[in-house]
Amino acid sequence: MADALSLAIRDLHAFYGDSHILHGVTLDVPAGECITIIGRNGAGKTTTMRSIMGLVDQRRGAIEIAGQNVIDAMPEKIARLGVAYVPEERGIYATLDVTENLLLPRKINDRGMSIEDIYKLFPNLKERRRSQGTRLSGGEQQMLAIGRVLRTGASLFLLDEPTEGLAPVIVQQIGKAIEMMKSQGHTIVLVEQNFRFATKIADRHYVMERGRIIDMIPRAEVAGRAGQIQQYLGI
Amino acid sequence: MSSQVIFGQLVVGLINGSFYALLSLGFAIIVGLLGIINVAQGTFYMLGAFGSWMLLNYLGIGYWPALILSPLGAAIIGMALEKTLISRVYHLDHIYGLLLTYGLMMFIMGAFIWIYATAGRPYPVPEELRGGFNLGFMFLPKYRAWVVLMALIFCFGTWYAIEKTSIGRTLRAATENPKLTRAFGINVPALLTFGFGVGVALAGFAGVMAAPIYSVSPLMGGDLVIVIFAVVVVGGMGSILGAIVTAFSLGLLEGLAKVVYPQGSNMVIFVIMLIVLLVKPAGLFGHQR
Repeated sequence: MADALSLAIRDLHAFYGDSHILHGVTLDVPAGECITIIGRNGAGKTTTMRSIMGLVDQRRGAIEIAGQNVIDAMPEKIARLGVAYVPEERGIYATLDVTENLLLPRKINDRGMSIEDIYKLFPNLKERRRSQGTRLSGGEQQMLAIGRVLRTGASLFLLDEPTEGLAPVIVQQIGKAIEMMKSQGHTIVLVEQNFRFATKIADRHYVMERGRIIDMIPRAEVAGRAGQIQQYLGI
Repeated sequence: MSSQVIFGQLVVGLINGSFYALLSLGFAIIVGLLGIINVAQGTFYMLGAFGSWMLLNYLGIGYWPALILSPLGAAIIGMALEKTLISRVYHLDHIYGLLLTYGLMMFIMGAFIWIYATAGRPYPVPEELRGGFNLGFMFLPKYRAWVVLMALIFCFGTWYAIEKTSIGRTLRAATENPKLTRAFGINVPALLTFGFGVGVALAGFAGVMAAPIYSVSPLMGGDLVIVIFAVVVVGGMGSILGAIVTAFSLGLLEGLAKVVYPQGSNMVIFVIMLIVLLVKPAGLFGHQR
């Protein structure tokens, strides 16, 4: 079992140039829990993920990973604490083939999966291991983006819309991978538009609107508050 | 016209191509990885040559150790400049990197002219590489063959390192998407410094190789930058293979032009650059972005 990392965000503000995107985000993810951040487009979900990873230049407040404040840390240092990031745009490298994409992230410890195990989890990737990363289909690119962070031994996973635009059969495969991470005791922060998918996996849901967390819904309350959730998501 | 003249010029072309290749290779790595149009690339070539001259005349250290020490010295100076000055303009438009390195070039060149004046200083061909081979149709000096051989080895080695090794994989990733690459635990700023050091070391190495052929002077390399720039544009900005192939081809074409139409030989590279820019603006090996 991995030593999962906890995540605590306190009054996080983030800016892109002159625009103030996050207005005091506060949330808690105990070690080993899986939460989602839900909300409409432009609510600040991706910016929250990028801020945790240190990819937003201007940020203020506190982001604690296993108790260590990383608000001023560089992305490579945050990654080395054991944080893995699967970006919304997938971030597959065109100048690297599939195997090279998998081998790129720096290993943190020896608890990660081997390349062979990752190929077992996503057999499509093995067939295409010599292909240029961006020649893959959307689904294969997503498998690669997830497979890529399974090797390093990270134990806090930030997954930004991993099922966006994918066929149901591939969504199932991605779901299986996330279930596996969860069963291994990893901490998972999931941004997800597909709420049905999210409810199956997550323990709690944070609702985000205009750069703030406005509500938190535990798994047990999801059914009873369905109407309210639909309103939050603007469906 | 005799075949001797043609072969002679082809060898000159091959030698020039070797220097173009070593310098363009470093230039291409730097522009690809850092986005810096390093106008001072020729200055590091001069530093490499001067380094070997200084080692010999001040310390009595000969050609072979200089081949390693001088590029290393150039790389250390280059990396210090990258850390303290060049890294400050990454987030700005490309023109600032160009102006900054142009300023560095003027400063370093000016300092050397001040101390050493502009007259060329001879550097002896190492004993082991004196003499030459009689190929029947022409005489090939050993040292020239050595230069071409080393340039080919270094070009292939650099290409191999970038395409097939783990450090090359990381360099390619950092070139393509520096920000995301940091999120994978890779210290990209340190990698950029290292990449700049490698690019500069290649120029310094070319300088040591050049010292016995051309005389050592603060002015050497100043005009080479224009040719290197043309090579990299024709090959495709940032393309390693493009820089290598183009450098040797243009060197040979320039040599041939000296036989066919000597008055135009200095122009041939730029005429080709013009045609390539019109037909394939991204360069022969470049990808349209």
